[in-house]
Amino acid sequence: MSGVKVIRLPVDLKLAGGGYLPQIDIAYETFGELDRNRSNAVLICHALSGDSHVATGPWVDGVERPGWWEPMVGPGKAIDTQKYFVICSNVLGGCSGTTGPGSTDPATGEPYGLRFPMVTIEDMVDAQAALLDAIGVKRLLCVVGGSMGGMQALAWSRRYPQRVASMIGCATTWRLAPQAIAFNEVGRTAILGDSGFMDGDYPADQQPEHGLAIARMIGHITYLSEESMRDKFGRRLAKREGHAYDFVTEFEVESYLAHQGRKFVERFDANTYLYMTKAMDYFDLAGDAPSLAEALRNVQSRFLFLTFSSDWLFPTHETKEIVDALCQVGAEVSFAEIKSPYGHDAFLLEPEEQTAFVRPFLESVYEKEFAAASSRLKEGDAV
Amino acid sequence: MTAADLLRADLRLITDIIPVGSRVLDLGCGDGSLMVHLRDEKECEVRGIEILPDRVATAIGRGLSVVQGDLDEGLGAFPDQLFDVVVLSQTLQVVRRPAFVLGEMLRVGRIGVLTFPNFGYWRIRGYLALRGRMPVSKAIPYTWYDTPNIHHTTLKDFRDFVVAKGGVIEREIPLRVSGWSKDARPRHTLPNLLADTVLAVVRAADVGE
Repeated sequence: MSGVKVIRLPVDLKLAGGGYLPQIDIAYETFGELDRNRSNAVLICHALSGDSHVATGPWVDGVERPGWWEPMVGPGKAIDTQKYFVICSNVLGGCSGTTGPGSTDPATGEPYGLRFPMVTIEDMVDAQAALLDAIGVKRLLCVVGGSMGGMQALAWSRRYPQRVASMIGCATTWRLAPQAIAFNEVGRTAILGDSGFMDGDYPADQQPEHGLAIARMIGHITYLSEESMRDKFGRRLAKREGHAYDFVTEFEVESYLAHQGRKFVERFDANTYLYMTKAMDYFDLAGDAPSLAEALRNVQSRFLFLTFSSDWLFPTHETKEIVDALCQVGAEVSFAEIKSPYGHDAFLLEPEEQTAFVRPFLESVYEKEFAAASSRLKEGDAV
Repeated sequence: MTAADLLRADLRLITDIIPVGSRVLDLGCGDGSLMVHLRDEKECEVRGIEILPDRVATAIGRGLSVVQGDLDEGLGAFPDQLFDVVVLSQTLQVVRRPAFVLGEMLRVGRIGVLTFPNFGYWRIRGYLALRGRMPVSKAIPYTWYDTPNIHHTTLKDFRDFVVAKGGVIEREIPLRVSGWSKDARPRHTLPNLLADTVLAVVRAADVGE
């Protein structure tokens, strides 16, 4: 049996870019149980290429599959599913069960393709909020996310300050630097220029493979660091003794990227890649506010931010800008930079280092939240 | 014995002199021991800055909000006079830019509370005078070539330093912390000679009484 549930939202969603999106399906998974106070719900937001399968369990085919953040989420892990009720949903615009460009447009009966409306990080968060409404989770103990997931967690804390007791952002940022937008644009250009792209109307089983694979290869370069590439591949050759003096895959780093590209094409949709990267490019937590600090003036969460020393895609100084803005408005914020050679990918590869912060943070927030929820319940009883 | 009894003697004294309900920033807060007491005993709203990540993690586990940071880079995140009290305990001597750090303390806080080892303490003077070597003691247990303490000062020098940097010492409590007693005992006679530690309450000179 699959652990993935799909729910049809009872409401159409008004999108930041204008217009309504009707008949939205959200694919989500839950791990653990909601406690009697309803004070232990943790929403985990996935990154660009993620899905709802954050922890190990049966996937849609019914086969047990490890979760994408398995070392961090599960029984006895930092985000302990024996203690917390963990929810993870595939984002709006995604390709793993939630409505996205590959879904059927109810107006035409055909797949949306590029007629799918542009979605923003805020729209993704609104869809998650609607999901939580539908499954009866009013308040979150914590919203957690790495990379693009961290952007969603940030948007949650600004957009729904009353609903979020705390948030954790790992290797994230409050708006992309031009360099990061540039890499996204190269990836999109590769997809859009693939002859098989057909303006987004490619058949479901005939992706613009070449373009999507290139986009993923570029992505992977930005997720690693110079040091981690040196350690992982050096200048070693893959399965050969000497140079071929030909344009074939020779170096290990080439074969790694080719492998990542091939794997990605099998599981991810090219249109969704376009929409996700665009949502990231548009994201700006400060929005219309005069400054980031002003934008965050009404937050009520406790915050934890973790960065990684070798992450040059979402570097520490960008997170420090959020931390500084939160300090400025007197918010409760904690921050640490973890020494790691793994670049941006470190949030997936450094579970022990992250656990050292995430576990005690969650425990202390839960202690307070559980007590507050208990007293609310008692007051409710008195009435 | 309660947890409060286990608090380092100078931290106990700092807790005692900080008014109930203050907004406090603890610079170099370590594992948050002082912050916990200020929060739980004095109902203070506390924030901390600490350079070592494992100590930040411990403090977070105590429900505290602590940001990893280097005091020598300043307190740029905080607006002027955000805090009632800024604490710098046993940290003045380890920063690279003590004058800058003092200036930042008095910018973001109404008062600063500092403690530091007094290099004018008679045992330290005696050590150098009699042995002709860099003093090593329980309070300052480092060799000269491997020490975090790069800016030692005496009480007298500290007084001049505060005035030179536009501050006023509002209160000065010379202490003897080391020795047979675990208590921090005020030493008001010949303080620069008899106190091994000094607690000082400092404010900016141009701020009204």
